[in-house]
Amino acid sequence: MDTDMVEPNIREKVAFIPIDEIDVARPSLFQKDTVGLFFERLRREEPVHYCRESYVGPYWSITKFDDIMAVDTNHKVFSSEAKLGGIAIEDMHSAKSALELEMFIAMDPPKHNQQRKAVTGAVAPSNLLLLEPTIRERACQILDDLPVGEDIDWVDKVAVELTTMTLATLFDFPWEERRKLTRWSDVTTAAPETGIVASYEARRAELIECAMYFKGLWEQRINAEPKNDLISMMAHSPATRDMPFLEFLGNLLLLIVGGNDTTRNSISGGVLALNQNPDAYLKLNNDPGLITSMVPEIIRWQTPLTHMRRTALQDWEIGGKKIRKGDKVVMWYLSGNRDETVIDRADEFIIDRKNPRHHLSFGYGIHRCMGNRLAELQLRIIWEEIHKRFAKIEVTGEPERLFSNLVRGITKLPVRLHAR
Amino acid sequence: MVKVTFVSSDGTRRAVDIAEGETAREAALFNDVPGIDGDCGGVCACATCHVFVDPAWIDKVGRLAEGGAEADLLQFAEGANEYSRLACQIPIEPLVEGLILHVPEQQY
Repeated sequence: MDTDMVEPNIREKVAFIPIDEIDVARPSLFQKDTVGLFFERLRREEPVHYCRESYVGPYWSITKFDDIMAVDTNHKVFSSEAKLGGIAIEDMHSAKSALELEMFIAMDPPKHNQQRKAVTGAVAPSNLLLLEPTIRERACQILDDLPVGEDIDWVDKVAVELTTMTLATLFDFPWEERRKLTRWSDVTTAAPETGIVASYEARRAELIECAMYFKGLWEQRINAEPKNDLISMMAHSPATRDMPFLEFLGNLLLLIVGGNDTTRNSISGGVLALNQNPDAYLKLNNDPGLITSMVPEIIRWQTPLTHMRRTALQDWEIGGKKIRKGDKVVMWYLSGNRDETVIDRADEFIIDRKNPRHHLSFGYGIHRCMGNRLAELQLRIIWEEIHKRFAKIEVTGEPERLFSNLVRGITKLPVRLHAR
Repeated sequence: MVKVTFVSSDGTRRAVDIAEGETAREAALFNDVPGIDGDCGGVCACATCHVFVDPAWIDKVGRLAEGGAEADLLQFAEGANEYSRLACQIPIEPLVEGLILHVPEQQY
């Protein structure tokens, strides 16, 4: 986060609030981008912190890099199971949730492993090599259509468009209707407070519409020869073809959200970071070879998913604190990615960092982001093509951020393009 | 020092020296051997230091232990086979002097 822009009285408030009263689950802290100040204090004073009362009930915050790694790699003790609450700070199968969706990210082995294996091929390095020319061609088209010298919204015109196109390519989704994917991704993670949906009932209705649409695609693909798109792979793989429908839908939505919000916000976050760090922008313009190391640095800097949550299956000690069986444990990747004891000058955006891939944004262990190479590929392509065309993407107004404690989203980013 | 040879997917061989007590991951990273990422820092958490142990060496290095953390991760790696190991889990000791490891085309 950009601490320079935070009002001084907020800094003071954070410094003096009793540590027991800190509650980093409040979505407004993320929307105002002040949550980093709280994490900074927790890492220093109480890196494994218990919050007794919050709108999501009691929960543990894990804020340091190594502790997060220890939880993330210990899936035998720290469960992702949806029925226990799942993978986000807000319980998955709460009264508020739209449908009883089942997805492998919220399962433990052995079921998780079977289902993940069934779809992992779509985003495996060899398949990405086949996808790269299409993604590049579409990126070029987006950038070529942009007006130079005018104020535009980078999020809508570029970030959303590029990730949506990539998703449509992965799913072999009807091209003209591809923005449905964006909409369903937003709806899946939306609460009414965001303004994205009017109510939980409205969200449910839209997800049912989504379900019906995919049911149609599924029936089409299952009756055709197997192909390399995700729906065809799921329809034909023995591990997934007999899946109950809500599980099929859950896994699809997982891939849509996983491939949409995250990359979209890294594309926007990178533009913002370069504008906040003009020296880095200058360096990049002089040496586009730095895109390779800048891409993982952008992903660390943005941390598009702020956290993943687990549920303890037994009593366990972390950082001197006793976690009890059944407790909710939140690994704050956003905090671990600013942990000075592991990442050198963690509060700085350094595009030629020595070890840039050593960050937490993809998680670690068996649930590590399956699409991490695809995300990097998209970011690399877009920055290579931006570099060829534009001397600068200048941020011309305040960015707007998403009201969410999970997706670290930028909803609006006014920019002006300067031709090279 | 122990000698380890990395063979890339195009057949290029690269022999490096590495101190005892390190792992094959460090042998690659300290010598800038391409194709080994090692994102997690060498704690068996990401599977980006996947190597294929040369069949002649697999018994000395040891095969993947079933049900362990390493096998958990490698099951999702592209092209994994019976010679697959994570370089961070291969300790460098005098016993493996001359070890040959094949690097996959890309890490996942």
